[in-house]
Amino acid sequence: MIADSAKSAAIDPADERPVPAAGGIGGTARALIERLRGGDLGSIPVAIGLLVIWAVFQLLNPNFLSSTNLVNLSMQSAAVGTIAIGIVLVLLLGEIDLSVGSVSGLSAAILAVGYVQLGLPLPIVLVASLVTGALIGLAFGLLRTRFGVPSFLITLAGLLSVLGLQLYVLGKTGSINIPFDSWIVQLGQQWFLPPWTSYSLVGVAVGVFGGTQYVQSARRKQAGLPATSVSLIVFRAAALLALLGVSTWYLNLTRGVGVMFALFLLLAVLTHYALTRTGWGRAVYAVGGNVEAARRAGIRVNRVYISVFMLCSMFAALGGILAAARLAAANQGSGGADTNLNAIAAAVIGGTSLFGGRGSAFSAVLGILVIMSITSGLTLINPDSSIRYIVTGVVLMLAVVIDSLARRSRAASGRA
Amino acid sequence: MSYVSAAMQGRPRKAEQLLSLRGISKRFGAVRALNNVDLDVYAGEVVAIVGDNGAGKSTLVKILAGVHPPDEGTVSFAGVPTSIPTPTDSRDLGIATVYQDLSLCDNLDVVSNLFLGRELRKGGALDEVEMEQRSWTLLRELSARIPSVRVPVASLSGGQRQTVAIARSLIGEPTVMILDEPTAALGVVQTAEVLNLIERLRERGLGVILISHNIADVQAVADRIIVLRLGRNNGDFRVADVTSEMIIAAITGASDHGTSPSDLLREARR
Repeated sequence: MIADSAKSAAIDPADERPVPAAGGIGGTARALIERLRGGDLGSIPVAIGLLVIWAVFQLLNPNFLSSTNLVNLSMQSAAVGTIAIGIVLVLLLGEIDLSVGSVSGLSAAILAVGYVQLGLPLPIVLVASLVTGALIGLAFGLLRTRFGVPSFLITLAGLLSVLGLQLYVLGKTGSINIPFDSWIVQLGQQWFLPPWTSYSLVGVAVGVFGGTQYVQSARRKQAGLPATSVSLIVFRAAALLALLGVSTWYLNLTRGVGVMFALFLLLAVLTHYALTRTGWGRAVYAVGGNVEAARRAGIRVNRVYISVFMLCSMFAALGGILAAARLAAANQGSGGADTNLNAIAAAVIGGTSLFGGRGSAFSAVLGILVIMSITSGLTLINPDSSIRYIVTGVVLMLAVVIDSLARRSRAASGRA
Repeated sequence: MSYVSAAMQGRPRKAEQLLSLRGISKRFGAVRALNNVDLDVYAGEVVAIVGDNGAGKSTLVKILAGVHPPDEGTVSFAGVPTSIPTPTDSRDLGIATVYQDLSLCDNLDVVSNLFLGRELRKGGALDEVEMEQRSWTLLRELSARIPSVRVPVASLSGGQRQTVAIARSLIGEPTVMILDEPTAALGVVQTAEVLNLIERLRERGLGVILISHNIADVQAVADRIIVLRLGRNNGDFRVADVTSEMIIAAITGASDHGTSPSDLLREARR
């Protein structure tokens, strides 16, 4: 009988096929190549793309990779990058939020009107902006879960309504300047980490990274599970130290690491932690992968949707605050133009799949660096914005094509 | 329960009765999906439910899984009359259902799927080490052939995916497991793997309800075969006593085994 012959085979303890190489640098490299072949590209294409973009612009204009320009680039990235973190979250669910630009504009308007015109204390105004964002997200989440309307339509409607709200809040003034001596504008324009602080932060980051990896590896070894070798951990930590150290050193040649940019990176790290190490994050990936399976596993799917829409709108509100801080003003154009598209494009270019369940918080960082590099590079060469839009569009298209191709090749190699 | 089904008579061991359904009926509008159906499941036994399309197999499963409540009839669990109004009640009773679509998240790895919705935590964060260790233990107990528990489920074969789905329902430590067409989409080797796994479940003392179209699979692992035809019981066989021709005859209606003792009893009362 079939079952009997298979039973004897299955009981054979040697049958447990070997776990793909977990130890050693060579083994990891092989596993990586295997993953890439299977279409599990992750952040690789965008990292390569960023290097190519930088090389091309540096050839066209030798000022592009100057410390001054890179400091500017980092400061410009923070606001839209923060919005992109929220977009990553909704994309992980397989949803979309088209209203983030408007929400950021509304939040900037509330900041300016509350702080400048009404003279309210800054912390209260900031909290009011964030709470408004959260409420808008809550509305989207409820509409999505109660009525099952596609988020594309809900947030498209939201885009218009919130834009109207922004114009209403601004009133007849249209444009409000925020005083330069307020700390929020200082944050957006003047605050840079002192060199020693920036280097210590790099040290702390690498220490925490290496430390948690080591502790994890030791626990796994103790539990008899395949563990990352110490040499590999040291290698990874050294690579991270080199990357962060050199970047910090280079930015410190001129103004240094902006507090706002550091805040953006911190938010990305925190989001990454929440996504990968908490039950909530696991639920987000599960819902993005298979809603019905998540529901049957007892995950409260509606709560996941609502929490993600709320977080996305709050990130958008925070991004709007940062943008207003950098501009030292809020006006009717705040959050308009390409804010929306840049934030969504950043998340997708960074490697977060439009199809849900695949991506990382760091794709917001990588993606926004790509977009801001293109913007900054083209501005250096030719200040006309027409070409900038075209090139950004083409890069976005490339990213989406890569995403679709990767998806197809995952399907072909059974990783879909 | 005074009633002992024909197949149970002369049973060598005294097994504990886990689940007992009596006179279950279910209507969907004008359609009588189930009509006066009886079913018993004992610990350490594999009961196969077979029948043609529309025989009522899925409806019976859904009643046990808490998806549909029955219109008539009684459900007893471990001798205690009970009702299963929702899927949560079904799970709390100790009934685990593995649906045909498996309900796995393809983008998550094996460990994440096994512990989905009941992740182990340590100081607020997920305890990946403990979960991975328990996953290995569980999969080894089932003699499952999974290359790595850290690969996305999408990269596993159909049989391995079925194994993961079954292993996942074992984490809730059920006493009855319902498998809906577990071998429907599988190849020869993979089918053998899953049938093996079903034998492991029986060895663990679970009562297994196996829904299947495949007579050969059913004869390979089941202890008892319940035939449904047009929503009625049409036979309750011990596997050792029947040939596949007899089963097919009961499925197609060429032979009539519909009158069970409880039917006679009920007729007599009227």
